[in-house]
Amino acid sequence: MALPATRPTGAVPSGPAGAALSTDQLLEVYYYLRLTRTLEERLVALYRQTKVIGGLFRSLGQEGESVATAYALERGRNKDILSPLIRNLGSMLVMGAQPIEILRQYMAKADSPTRGRELNVHFNDLEKGYLGQISHLGDMIPVMAGIALSFKMRGQPRVGLVYIGDGGTSTGTFHEGVNFAAVQRLPLVVIGEYNHWAYSTPPEKQFAVKDLAEKAKGYGIPAVTVDGNDVFAVYEATKFAVDRARRGKGVHFIEVKTYRRKGHAEHDDQHYVSKDTLELWSKSNDPIDRYTQRILAADLVPEGDLKEIDDRVRVEVDQATDACVNEPLPGAESALPGVYVDPPAADKLWFKSL
Amino acid sequence: MAEVTFLEALRQGLWEEMERDERVFILGEDVGLYGGAFKVTDGFVKKFGESRVIDTPISEAAIVGAAAGAAHMGLRPVAEMQFIDFISCAYDMLTNYVATARYRAGLSTPMVVRGPCGGYVRGGPFHSQNPEAAFLHTPGLKIVYPATVRDAKGLIKSSIRDDDPVLYLEHKWLYRRIKAQLPEGEEILTPIGQARIAREGKHLSIISYGATLWKSLEAAEQLETQDGVSAEVLDLRTLLPLDDAAIVNTVKKTNKVLIVHEDTRTGGIAGEIAARINEQAFEWLDGPIMRVTAHDVPLPYAPTLEDFVLPQTDDIVKAARWLAKY
Repeated sequence: MALPATRPTGAVPSGPAGAALSTDQLLEVYYYLRLTRTLEERLVALYRQTKVIGGLFRSLGQEGESVATAYALERGRNKDILSPLIRNLGSMLVMGAQPIEILRQYMAKADSPTRGRELNVHFNDLEKGYLGQISHLGDMIPVMAGIALSFKMRGQPRVGLVYIGDGGTSTGTFHEGVNFAAVQRLPLVVIGEYNHWAYSTPPEKQFAVKDLAEKAKGYGIPAVTVDGNDVFAVYEATKFAVDRARRGKGVHFIEVKTYRRKGHAEHDDQHYVSKDTLELWSKSNDPIDRYTQRILAADLVPEGDLKEIDDRVRVEVDQATDACVNEPLPGAESALPGVYVDPPAADKLWFKSL
Repeated sequence: MAEVTFLEALRQGLWEEMERDERVFILGEDVGLYGGAFKVTDGFVKKFGESRVIDTPISEAAIVGAAAGAAHMGLRPVAEMQFIDFISCAYDMLTNYVATARYRAGLSTPMVVRGPCGGYVRGGPFHSQNPEAAFLHTPGLKIVYPATVRDAKGLIKSSIRDDDPVLYLEHKWLYRRIKAQLPEGEEILTPIGQARIAREGKHLSIISYGATLWKSLEAAEQLETQDGVSAEVLDLRTLLPLDDAAIVNTVKKTNKVLIVHEDTRTGGIAGEIAARINEQAFEWLDGPIMRVTAHDVPLPYAPTLEDFVLPQTDDIVKAARWLAKY
């Protein structure tokens, strides 16, 4: 069932709210949703104070599908592995990335996970289960296919999950990677995020199919389209695909219909998006609002617990910020080591010693 | 001692590493059932099984990308490009993803991408290329290019054992043309990053690698017998990282340098070598650093055209005579 391109709707219904999740899990999901949004709001403040060195990429409106897809994986040391896109901060937090790591990355601190070499969410912890993307969209699909291949070769019951945006499905590496994984029947779940914008390019200039799920037919893999702002629908669809992959049944494609409510990055004023559309998605289809209303309406969690989580998240983000905001940038010559194992460092050029 | 071809030496090296280390596996087009377009992996699937010798779709980016992902997880993939000309389809994956992985993200990516390269075989523009210059400019990759039977084996084994990603370029003109005795039972490991003096000399140095190493040796022989010119020939073996010390040493010994490669001239590796000699041994030079390379055209098919475009032994002899008289 397809959703209209720009109108929010709950057209694809999910099962009974919270049927598969305990109260503690429901609260944990809420925690990650709230943490994602609060952390990004903090990053906006730091960006405006020019403490963020590069661009800032928001996932506003996409927190639900990020958190829900990651939450369907097995987490812990050496379990499942996902590869996020720039708007999957929530996925990384679910897998165990720490707020202070994100803050340090954006501010290019010496103690950031990449020691100031890479930006934003481009970092990884394979033991925790996330592999940072590179900027070349689509490339992570072959790489994640290779990770899933290693699971298959070693007979490990592990699953890989990789995200691709609506625009990213136009790349050659998307095609090569999904096809390769499909032929090899690898334990890989591909999340197609239909968020309506690839920078400023709308879907109708990106592809001639209506739904991304249609593309899956070309690879002989099953696909489903779900309401990406319905946390439960996304979780259930992903859980199904992940379990199926773990049983050795191969690749599954999940299209999540959502909406990018901010510009490509913080500098982008989104003049190409109508104010009415943004307001509609914000007012009536915010994934966190919908999740909260649903668990409260069904009496699944006490309201006071949500308030407690809000407070806890604020304190955590405050503490993480305070702990790293004044940290130094990396020393200049730390740019040289680590291109190879051997030789251990690049040559310092002669004119630097004059 | 048994006499083996260059190709058989490469095959032995791959086989031995597959036997030695179960983390090593091969993926590429037609590598399994067919045994590879040039039969480098003939018999491998029967011995090691389909899970370690993987026939892939025609998807070079996916082959290299999947190899990288598997390498992150501790496996040791060897990806075959059916002809190295098609490595350009994986250029993004190699240069942006693989080469940067350790530096930007601390990711271990021990993998080998290998394939048949080079001309002199009437292969035309898309089955004759030498892609080394396209990757020489990429920090994070290593490039090896064996010329001898011994190094064909020793470098594939060292490449597989190396903890960094390595491009292993194998010249198809050498595959069955070059034969040598290889000791049985000896573990041959050619160190990456070390050049080799292929012929001692004193009047000028010829620096080369791959197929043109053999043409340079032929030329050196002619120069010796016909002109009394003693040419030293340096076989680079590894192109990235270059063995600066070996290059500088031969320059200091002969004071004149001819750099010979089969790749085209502009932006070719000879330019980089010349720059390094200029920086590190300028005072030792008694003449200009000269190049013998392919002409700057896509490689044509007809024998008359290909023979003209690619450097030949006679070209090297004439260039060396010119330089010797300088």
